[in-house]
Amino acid sequence: MSEAPKVKRKLDLSRLPGGRRWVIGAPYLWLAVFFLLPFVIVAKISLATSALAIPPYSAMFEWAEETLNIRVTLSNYFWLLGDDLYIKAYWNSIKIAFNSTVFALIIGYPMAYAIAKAPSHLQTTWLLLVLLPSWTSFLIRVYAWMGLLSNNGLINQALMGIGLTSEPIQMLNTNFAVYIGIVYSYLPFMVLPLYANLVKHDDSLLEAASDLGARKWTSFFRITLPLSKNGIIAGSMLVFIPVVGEYVIPELLGGAETVMIGKVLWQEFFNNRDWPVASALAVLMIALLIVPIMLFHRYQNKETGV
Amino acid sequence: MAVTAGARRHPSEASKKSQETLLRIKGITKYFDESLAVDDVNLDIRRGEIFALLGASGSGKSSLLRIIAGFEAPTSGHILLDGEDITAQPPYQRQINMMFQSYALFPHMTVEQNLAFGLKQDKLARDVILDRVQRMLKLVHMEKYARRRPHQLSGGQRQRVALARSLAKQPKLLLLDEPMGALDKKLRTEMQLEVVDILENVGVTCVMVTHDQEEAMTMADRIAIMDEGFIQQVGSPVDIYESPTSRMVAEFIGSVNIFEGTIIDDEEDHMTLRSPDLERDIYIGHGVSSSVDNRQMLFALRPEKTWMTTEKPDGDYNWSSGTVRDIAYLGGHTVYYVKLPNGKVVQCFLANTERRAERPTWDDEVYVHWMNDSGVVLRT
Repeated sequence: MSEAPKVKRKLDLSRLPGGRRWVIGAPYLWLAVFFLLPFVIVAKISLATSALAIPPYSAMFEWAEETLNIRVTLSNYFWLLGDDLYIKAYWNSIKIAFNSTVFALIIGYPMAYAIAKAPSHLQTTWLLLVLLPSWTSFLIRVYAWMGLLSNNGLINQALMGIGLTSEPIQMLNTNFAVYIGIVYSYLPFMVLPLYANLVKHDDSLLEAASDLGARKWTSFFRITLPLSKNGIIAGSMLVFIPVVGEYVIPELLGGAETVMIGKVLWQEFFNNRDWPVASALAVLMIALLIVPIMLFHRYQNKETGV
Repeated sequence: MAVTAGARRHPSEASKKSQETLLRIKGITKYFDESLAVDDVNLDIRRGEIFALLGASGSGKSSLLRIIAGFEAPTSGHILLDGEDITAQPPYQRQINMMFQSYALFPHMTVEQNLAFGLKQDKLARDVILDRVQRMLKLVHMEKYARRRPHQLSGGQRQRVALARSLAKQPKLLLLDEPMGALDKKLRTEMQLEVVDILENVGVTCVMVTHDQEEAMTMADRIAIMDEGFIQQVGSPVDIYESPTSRMVAEFIGSVNIFEGTIIDDEEDHMTLRSPDLERDIYIGHGVSSSVDNRQMLFALRPEKTWMTTEKPDGDYNWSSGTVRDIAYLGGHTVYYVKLPNGKVVQCFLANTERRAERPTWDDEVYVHWMNDSGVVLRT
């Protein structure tokens, strides 16, 4: 999304003057309290066994007869890896996230390109239009899609009205609806980093390409596209990573065929009340996502050109 | 009217460059919305010459260059390259290549890939491309840096690559947009001569745009002075400097002392002007041979031809007394600002040919004088 600094310096808080240390320390504190700590708790629960108690899992530390018992079990992880329902759910989530990312890229790139090339007084307006839907609640927008896609929804009624089909087409509760919901909801996350990248491109590079004999499409594929690589990576990560864990959209728009990890996680937590297995699912999902996140960071740090 | 000061070109150079026209610019006019950027420009660029468009920013020189390259369409007029009308051709069809002011090197490609880019567009064979790229690298002494990316090069190296890339397709015409604009002063002087060497080595015709008169005079065979979209004067560096045809050109190139005067006497072989700024009349060794109604003329005198002494000059013409107001010691020469009796300040350059010579100092009474053919008469 943004350019990485050319020189990577290690941030050493202790060497900063007093006041500044606290200012920079605040976000770290925030992350520690609201990300690291919950994650440690979830990781801890994932190593316990399910129990009929409040909270519904076994304690890790027990003090009895002057002995500290530490009980750690990896059985939840073996359970997950042993049942292909979970493996399928992971695989399905990644597949849907990947496909949605590709669709968002195909739709988002031309949008970002058009905005970046528009006269500068129009750019703000067009960006605002991209962001405008997110001023409404995310849930309401997904519900709106239910209204549009359902069997007696607007789209089916219109299709039947003009006689294209006599029976309503089943769209809601299919993967198709899930894709529409995801691509629609996450499009701004693709468009914004791409725009931020494309708007920085030096037009004289395209003139130089044209001067050297390249036609428009050649210039695009040889110059613009390679130079927007970092924007593409940033946008794709911003779509891919949250979509893997997406719960609301598959729940509301998807059907029985849509098995995504977020949905499975919800079921384990609230339907089966099996916190340890649900926690193990969450930990594995994070482990799975760390790979693309690391790749993303590596690319960002490598960025030198543009 | 102007003094005949023929361009003293190096004899071998003069014979090498033909008089044949390569690029003909016919009545090019360009409006951006309502504002006039290029005003009916007509120019003939000769095969093999280095031609400079010199002007301040906003003078229309860059617009004209972009019209030649094909990035802008003229509002009216035609561009002919080798007799062929290319006005309607897009840039990628023109046998013209340009070196951009920012160099516009492709940051994601190596030096080699940058050089090969244009050749690949022509669908040349692989070995032809490799061979040409090698020759270009050699031409600009960048063989060692073939695998580097632009950001790993210094400013001067980037410029060499940019030059090589614009020459790789062997264009009929090379355009240079502010070629030294991105370099620091010292490197600039070095590169000016080197670029000229490379261009003459290749034998390409070249049109360059610059706002730096020193650069234009160093590099170009001929210079066109542009002002407000209009070409004020075309000529060799000597013509432009020694025989400007207008006050604008005289003032744009170098420093100049300008005196307003009235014609007292205008004969075939001499004329005299009377200026309220000077104690004595100006005598010029030729006439303007014109029966103009307007007897008001301008006399332009370069500071290095304005001499300064402490003794009263002989003769009745071409001198005035004054006092030294300011002294700027510049090493090679010193600029004296001499205030004339009625308040006008003139500049005199004195070459420092001796170390620590005895020189007039502040508030000294001095005389400025010049020779009969030192200055140029201009119409107001």
